[in-house]
Amino acid sequence: MKLIHFLGDTAVMSGRVIRHSTRSIDTIITVIAMPIMIMLLFVYIFGGAMNTGDVSYINYILPGILLFCIASGVAYSSLRINNDLTKGVFERFHSMPIAKASILGGHVVASLVFNVVSLLAIFLVAFGMGFRPQADVLGWVLAIVILLLSVLAFIWIAVTFGLLAKSYEGAGVFSYILMLLLFVSSAFAPTDSMPAVIRVFAKYQPMTPLIESIRSLLLGGTADKTTLSAVLWSLAILGIFCASAMRVYKRRMKYT
Amino acid sequence: MKPDNWAIEVIDLKKSYKNVEVLRGVNFTVQKGSTFALLGSNGAGKTTIIKILATLLQPDSGSAKINGVDVTKQPEHVRKEISLTGQSVTADYILTGRENLRMMAKLRHLPAPDKQAEELLRRFDLLDAADRRISTYSGGMCRRLDLAMSLLGNPSVVFLDEPTTGLDPQARIAMWDMIKELARSGVTVFLTTQYLEEADHLADQIAILHEGHIVATGSPAELKNRLPRGHIELRFDNETTLNQARDLLKEFNATADSNNLTLSVMTDGSTRQMMRLLTKAAEADIEIAEFSQKLPTLEDVFLAIVTSKKEDSK
Repeated sequence: MKLIHFLGDTAVMSGRVIRHSTRSIDTIITVIAMPIMIMLLFVYIFGGAMNTGDVSYINYILPGILLFCIASGVAYSSLRINNDLTKGVFERFHSMPIAKASILGGHVVASLVFNVVSLLAIFLVAFGMGFRPQADVLGWVLAIVILLLSVLAFIWIAVTFGLLAKSYEGAGVFSYILMLLLFVSSAFAPTDSMPAVIRVFAKYQPMTPLIESIRSLLLGGTADKTTLSAVLWSLAILGIFCASAMRVYKRRMKYT
Repeated sequence: MKPDNWAIEVIDLKKSYKNVEVLRGVNFTVQKGSTFALLGSNGAGKTTIIKILATLLQPDSGSAKINGVDVTKQPEHVRKEISLTGQSVTADYILTGRENLRMMAKLRHLPAPDKQAEELLRRFDLLDAADRRISTYSGGMCRRLDLAMSLLGNPSVVFLDEPTTGLDPQARIAMWDMIKELARSGVTVFLTTQYLEEADHLADQIAILHEGHIVATGSPAELKNRLPRGHIELRFDNETTLNQARDLLKEFNATADSNNLTLSVMTDGSTRQMMRLLTKAAEADIEIAEFSQKLPTLEDVFLAIVTSKKEDSK
């Protein structure tokens, strides 16, 4: 009975947040159109000048674009969570006999659904632009697992910052940091040509194994050390931010 | 009155934030089916009390019970009995009125959410706007929808935190009518307000919260007997008339304000006294440009109560 209530409540809560996304044109533009524009920009404007060896540039940057899409998509979750927190919406829900976990759970599920839809849209456009993966079934499965783990990890970062931010404007700032990390990695250009300090940073920051493992798996590579590193990084980020989001939530709700 | 009849029972409630004592031992009871107004100025701790009663906040000490159930020991049980309408509108601005109600009905696990939504839309006079987004609603309509949302699932105790703050006078009166109708339907209404007039208009019982204590409780009539009656204000066309009037009305304890050309006269509120005063002015041929009765402000009330308490303890 408890589980049924939790699932039902979460479905209602996520339905609410998904409606927020589908009814606001700017969310759709930012989350789906923007990454596609950036992909077009990079491939057709900068792409010719990029040296990515044997790999075509669209095959090279697709993982970076996918993560860029997630980074900008989750910013909306943190804005909406911050709004619900400061406007007393969470308090109202708390005073009702509903499954507590469904309150944040609804935001997480909605963000997951929305991110999956926008990732599919990007895949579709990429195919049209000449993206040709060579992965077998196992490769696809692993790549999708890493993508979904990244989505979840990014979502919980968003939840934490949405709960921490004092104002609506401040809630989305973390997403720029995520984007910056993407630029300082092998997402859009090989790191060989970067200055030594940046190259070392790029090599050891979490975005690089995420991108390189997805890229390698989609292009027919097999699971290796990078794949493991990507899974461990995303699980670690997920764990840390999940735990800190819960702590912040309890503190800000002063909930008993 | 037996405890069985109490919808809300609060005993020696204390709560501090960091080093600030917000509640310093609050006691009151609310009878089932009555309307109770907690009156206090901004920052008096009204919202803190509502949050504790609505299971959102843990008190430092003391106890609070809703229909005999302790809010800290069985919050799940209490949440089924209550609804909370906060100070800011929590209806979802991107959804329509109908969608908001349906969502709340589903969260309350009610059968036939569509029917429930329809009924409440009719009752709160929102049918015409039912399928418009809340972002297009006026302030008064938002509050009405918020109230409608809180009635889903038939809670027996309804908390309204400053239900008319920020509304224009017309919307405020409409809201008052809704609250009165709600009270007639038999639910217990607990509301907070900064306005004496509002408490007077709506409540069966009023409690005044000041500096973390309940400084006075009673029915509006009982409290009025203990409160100052306010004063009347006379305005004159020039300073000469003002001075004449001041000298003439000395016995009424009149104070003149020569900047505004007004004269304040303390009254006991009786028509007999007012008649005497006006007749006296008319007989002396003093032209009164404007006459108005000023109700006591919340500040006057606190001052009167705090002063009378000090005198009692002497």
